[in-house]
Order: sequence, then structure tokens, then C-alpha cells
Amino acid sequence: MLRFALRRILVAVGVALTVSVASFLLLHLSGDLATAIAGPEATGAQIAAIRAQHGLDRPLAVQFGAWAWQALHLDFGRSFYFPEQVTDLLAARLPVTLTLGVIALAVALLVAIPLGVLAAFHRDTWIDRTALAVSVLGQAMPSFWFGLTLILIFSVNLRWLPVSGNATWKHFILPAVALGYYAMPAVMRLTRNGMLEVLSSDYVRTARAKGLPPRKILIRHALRNAVIPVIALAAVQFGFMLGGSIVIEAVFSLQGLGQLAWESIARNDFPVVQAIVLVLAMIYIALTLAADLLNALLDPRLRA
Amino acid sequence: MTVRPAAPLAPATAAPSAEIVLPPARSPAAIALRRGLSHGGFLIGAGIVGIIVLAALAAPLIAPHDPYAQDVSRRLIPPFWHAKGSAEHWLGTDKLGRDYLSRLIYGSQISLLIGLSAALISGVIGTALGVLAGYYGGRVDAVVSYVVTTRLALPVVLVALAMASLVGGSLKVVVLVLGLLLWDRFAVVTRAATRQVRAQDFVAAAKAAGFGPVRILAQEILPNILNALIVVATLEMAHAILLEAALSFLGLGVQPPLPSWGLMIAEGKPYMFFQPWVITIPGVALLVLVLGINLLGDGVRDITAPEGRN
Repeated sequence: MLRFALRRILVAVGVALTVSVASFLLLHLSGDLATAIAGPEATGAQIAAIRAQHGLDRPLAVQFGAWAWQALHLDFGRSFYFPEQVTDLLAARLPVTLTLGVIALAVALLVAIPLGVLAAFHRDTWIDRTALAVSVLGQAMPSFWFGLTLILIFSVNLRWLPVSGNATWKHFILPAVALGYYAMPAVMRLTRNGMLEVLSSDYVRTARAKGLPPRKILIRHALRNAVIPVIALAAVQFGFMLGGSIVIEAVFSLQGLGQLAWESIARNDFPVVQAIVLVLAMIYIALTLAADLLNALLDPRLRA
Repeated sequence: MTVRPAAPLAPATAAPSAEIVLPPARSPAAIALRRGLSHGGFLIGAGIVGIIVLAALAAPLIAPHDPYAQDVSRRLIPPFWHAKGSAEHWLGTDKLGRDYLSRLIYGSQISLLIGLSAALISGVIGTALGVLAGYYGGRVDAVVSYVVTTRLALPVVLVALAMASLVGGSLKVVVLVLGLLLWDRFAVVTRAATRQVRAQDFVAAAKAAGFGPVRILAQEILPNILNALIVVATLEMAHAILLEAALSFLGLGVQPPLPSWGLMIAEGKPYMFFQPWVITIPGVALLVLVLGINLLGDGVRDITAPEGRN
């Protein structure tokens, strides 16, 4: 287990390095930053001045070295647009996105796991088919449109919940549902398949033969084993949700990391964009690493 | 020497009951067709996708109006099920008085075009990586896995937005950006499929016969992972269509006045509180198209699965 963990951590560090190079190159190679910052009406001299001011005239490797060294110390430089340090901007916005992500994940799991268990328990009945239909529909729903539709139903027609903003916990309900619904189908299917596998296993048959009540079998024997891979999937889905929250935050005007990223992209504030890409990637890498280690800890067959 | 179990030994005298009855020979295509016709999801998916593809191809013939023709005197007319609906504009008009049905029909061209081209680009990249990793294994496999892991760590929407913004949002840019980002699942699935096929005897036979890797990959491996490839391609088409809509909704994808469905939702957003149908109609269109493609893909997976496995 220790060898597996060490190797897996080494890979994660390597991936983190590669991702930082990739996110750096993506922004520096897809266009000329100085021209983009200066705007369409700038003269050559102005562009040159901006290039010198932001150190964009140095060789790429030097720029990357300086940026990566600072980033390692959680210093992402100064925003081109705001007077603040990028790190401070991120620190102010990250909690909103994390709150949204956690509630969205909770919504997804609270719907998906019971639905998956029910579907497996009542295999090939209308319950199973309804659960399947819900998950197929979930995969086809454009999340931003689903968010707008939720606003129309619950904020405009029923007037139960606020339209946008992030002042109170009520503001997080609709965006969390819109974001969580997208992760639900995968979790539902995995729970259902895991339950089906466990329910047909020998130890559940033994438990049945002993005459244990079905509810006890379900919770103490079946669910506990079926839920292990679901936890790992949930970690990965949480990472995807943080990345995908940009669309939902735009719909609900939540002042989180995604909204900041969207606005920063629109005003060519590259230090902020780069820092957000990097932070989200690092969170994802850490989550997948944790999921892999957890899975390997619980299932020795995976330690190959 | 040939053995023919069904041939009766003495044709004239043998009783009919003594004959060995073979099941009627069916080609794989015939089996797939029979399964397809009895698979509900596949039929619904094929129907939806078929109708939308036909509408996209026949857009100039069936669209009642020019999708770009503005008429400020006829702005935001509601669709036909409203009391104030107009027989001339079945699905109403948008904020510039453009016919909504015509824009919807032309919009299907954009969604399908982006889905197909993005899936094609990412399919070529992902399949090349996956097949090489699955066939050679070892170091090649390790490198490809590493590249896929790295790609998965990058937040797709954010990176796509940033790239599109730097190059300037347009239909071509969206196709390229999505094509260059969405190859991960192709690589993962083709890798697994290739590993399975590589272990088969006919690959060993081809190797023993002295065929080179290029020929083995093209003639033995690729045809046998085609089914898996088709399933991923439908999933990624759906994925690309949803992402294009999101990018266009955020203003960095397809640019106006093109009738992208995501853009129609963005343009309708300021009016949705009083005219909710301006976002409902393109949203439902997206939902139905993506649902159809997903059902089609799930159907193909079930149909091409070996007998008794679903």
C-alpha cells in the first residue's frame, strides 16, 4: 500500500507541474497578451511599454520560472484590473464557490444514492425505469438553461426563493440544484450497479438465509460495500463541479471564483485567469489523488 | 475434408425428424437490425436525431422566414399556444422581430455541425492515443495515461472560454477548442478496447504471419473497436453540443447574428421574466437533441454488445 501511495503521489506531483506549464503556455501562446491588454486602438509604442511593464518581453522560460516560483508561495502577482493582489481576490471568492460545490454535491448524493438503491432493489420495475429516465434526462439537460428554468419556476412564479446573488443560504439552493443535477446521473448509475452486484453476492445470501430482516441486510451489509466506489466518484465529481460552476455562477450572479474567472476573461485580466485555472486544477488533482488512495485502501485489488 | 452436419446421409429415405435443424443463418448486420428494431431507446433516439438532421439539411426549404430578417414592428410575438400568438410566426419572434421557428431550424445546423466536427477532431486525437497505448502497453501506455490525467485536471469550460476569448469567439474557434479538449474519453475507451482485441488469437496470427504494426492496427484492431468508438463519439457529440451552448450563452462562443441555441437563450435572458418562452423554446430544443443523441449512443452500445450481455 505504501509503495502504491508513493507512486500515486509522485504521479500527482508530476501532473500538477505539467498542468501549471500547460495553463501558462495556453495563455501565452494563444495570443499576444500585450496587444490584448492594450486594446485595439493602442500604438506600437504603447504595446511595447505594456510588454515591458508586465515583463512580457522576457523569454517564456524565464517568465514561467518567475511565475511558478511565486505561485508555489501562493503569490499570483497583481491583477491587471483590480488594485488587489490576485491571491486576495481568490481568497475572497473561493469560499462562495466551495459552498456552492459542497451543497451541490450534497444535493446530488442525497437524490442519487437513495434513487440508485431503490432502482437496484426494485430492478426492472417502473421504479428502476423512472430512475433511469431521470438520469438520462439529467445528462441531456443544459445546466445553464436548467438554472434559468428553476428561477422561472421557484423565484418568479412561486416566489419561494431569491433570483440571484449570494447574500443568504437561500440564494444557494437553486444554483446548487442546477449544478448538482448534472452530477447526479453518474452517481445514481454507480450506486445502482454496485447494489446489484452486492445484492447477488454470497454474504448477502448468507445474511438472508440467517433470516435477517431486509432493512438490516440493506443497510449493514449491502449499502456499506456498494457505497465505497461512490465516495471516490463523488470526490471526482466535486472537482468537475467546481470547474463547471462558472456557468451556474453567471446565471445566478453568485460572486464566486467562476464569476471572477468569466469577468477576468472578458477584460483580459490574465494573472487572475491563470491563477484560477491553476487553483481549480490543483483541487481536482488533490481530490482524485484522495479518491484513488481511498479506493486502494479499501480494495487491495486496485493496488497493482 | 469438409464436415457438413446438416447433410442427411440418405436423402431419399431419412425421416424429416432425423435431420439436424440449424438455426437460420443471420449476418451480424441482420442481428443488429433485429435488436435495434426491438430496442425502444434506440428507436426514439434514432427518430429524434433523424428528424433534426432532416430539418437541418432541409432548412432553406422548410423555414417559413429568413432567420436573419428583422422586423421591429413585430417584436417578441408569443408562440401559437398563447392567446396573442400569430399564425404567421408559429413560435413567435425574438427581440428584433426575427422568426423564432426559422432561427430554431437554422440553429440545428450549428449544433449538429459543432457536435460532428468537434467529435471528429477529438476522435482522431483520442483514438490515436488510446490505440497506441492499448497496443504497445508499457512505456507508451504510461505516457498516454499521464497525458490523459493532465488533460482531465484542466477545467474544460474555463480553459475553453479563455482560449476562445484570446483568439476571438467564432464557430471555427469553438469547434477547434472543443475538438482539442474533448479527446480524453476517446483515449480511455479505445485504450481499453484495444487491450481486449490485442489479446485475441487473430492478432497473434497476424503477427505470426509477419504483418507490421501499421497493418495490424488498421486491419485487425480498428475494425474491432469500431463499436466502442461509435458509442463514445455519440457521447462526445452530445457533450460538445452542450458546451457550445454554454460558451455561446456566456458570449464567447458562436457570435450573433448566428442562431446558435445557446446564444438564443442568452439573448432571451433579459426578457425571460415576462416572455419565458424565449428561453424555454431553444432550451427544450437543446434538451431534445442531446437526449436523442444519448439514447442513440446507449442503444448502439446495447445492440452491439455480445449475446446475453447488456
